[in-house]
Amino acid sequence: MLNTITVSQLNTYVKSLVENDPRLTFVNVSGEISNFKNHFSSGHWYFTLKDQNASIRCVMFRSSASRVRFQVEDGLAVVIKGRVSIYEKDGQYQFYAEEMHPIGEGDLALQFKQVKEKLEKEGLFDVTSKRPLPRFPKKIAVITSDTGAAVRDILNITNTRYPACEIVMCSVLVQGDMAASDMIKTLDRVYALNDIDVIIIGRGGGSAEDLHCFNDEALARKIYESPFPVISAVGHETDFSISDFVADIRASTPSHAAELAVPDMRELKNHIDSITNLLKSKITYKYDFYYNKLNSLDSKVSPTNVSRVVQNKQIDVDRIFDKMENRIKFILQKNANSASGLASRIDALSPLKVMARGFSAVSKDNKYITNTDKLNVGDNITVEFYDGNIDCTITDKKCK
Amino acid sequence: MLSKDFDFEKSIKELEKIAASLENEQITLDESIALFEKGVKLSKDCSEYLESAKQKIITLTEKESEDNG
Repeated sequence: MLNTITVSQLNTYVKSLVENDPRLTFVNVSGEISNFKNHFSSGHWYFTLKDQNASIRCVMFRSSASRVRFQVEDGLAVVIKGRVSIYEKDGQYQFYAEEMHPIGEGDLALQFKQVKEKLEKEGLFDVTSKRPLPRFPKKIAVITSDTGAAVRDILNITNTRYPACEIVMCSVLVQGDMAASDMIKTLDRVYALNDIDVIIIGRGGGSAEDLHCFNDEALARKIYESPFPVISAVGHETDFSISDFVADIRASTPSHAAELAVPDMRELKNHIDSITNLLKSKITYKYDFYYNKLNSLDSKVSPTNVSRVVQNKQIDVDRIFDKMENRIKFILQKNANSASGLASRIDALSPLKVMARGFSAVSKDNKYITNTDKLNVGDNITVEFYDGNIDCTITDKKCK
Repeated sequence: MLSKDFDFEKSIKELEKIAASLENEQITLDESIALFEKGVKLSKDCSEYLESAKQKIITLTEKESEDNG
């Protein structure tokens, strides 16, 4: 008679057999993911890995799952690394995955592709939401490591090209697991400032792994939210990151970002000089224009012109003179006529003419007498005639 | 010496506008001279602004973000 054992004892025994087989404690298995479940409270993943003929239940604990960079979904072909064991409670044989990698491409490449597709679909890369950079920025926030080559290049170039622009240096981690969240935190602080004209975020060249934090989905969304125009400058010319797509403009390198952000002072000086020269040439032109106008006016009053004008005026004067002369002659003639008429009338009233008609004048003591009152009998009077006088004595007086 | 609130962008835009205004045949000699004088002053100020500028670098610290936040 065989010993009877409990279910628990059986499962524990089989489990120990499996776990003690070195070939089952460190194994890579390839297959396609199905029935994928991300347990919302524990963060553990449960899924089935299958090929055309068989399948195995798998679990991936949160600590391992959190290290998987790409999005896991049904149908994805993967290699999982881990160990085989038995879940004693239900005797389920299952695979405990510790690592997962996509088949056919790298983890980072897959994650990049997945995030890119997702954000692109949501419209975060739309050209219409890109903003132009200001022509003359006053303040630029530089978000990068304060120890790298990137910050040196950016400060040198902005200083050479346009030192008038102030730099707000924001030092952040630019590689490693903490980098994305550090940059998100720093972006929030920069967004709280209200006088930033441009943000440069990035780092110098490095491995794909080093640059990977700039492919972080949450960081990409944070950059997209920026109230200020953002220049993304990650790695070398050939490196593209998700931050490049959500930023307002992508710079191929940090140096390029600095060149995009500020104008070149030498060019500006030339620009100002050329405007100044233009002003000078315009005012000279204007001056010449008026000077020539004045000259042309001057030629209109040349001596020949003046004499012609004077001649014309002379004729006018002559005419007026003639007219005046005639007028004066006429007035004089008229007056002469009336004067001779007046003279004959005056002549007719002369006392001598009256006397010639038979009248005579009486005077006494050299005074002409006009009535009889002043004459008495015996007075000596003189009677004047037009041709002589007679002296008389009054002999009689008769009053009327 | 430029005033503290000298606005480079505004000044250079005004300078560009004056240059365009002087192209206009309609403006009088007096107006032209006034514009010319203003333009020369602006150009001098803008050049001075560029030549006298020194790069200023400030660091975003925790303290500052608290103050500003």
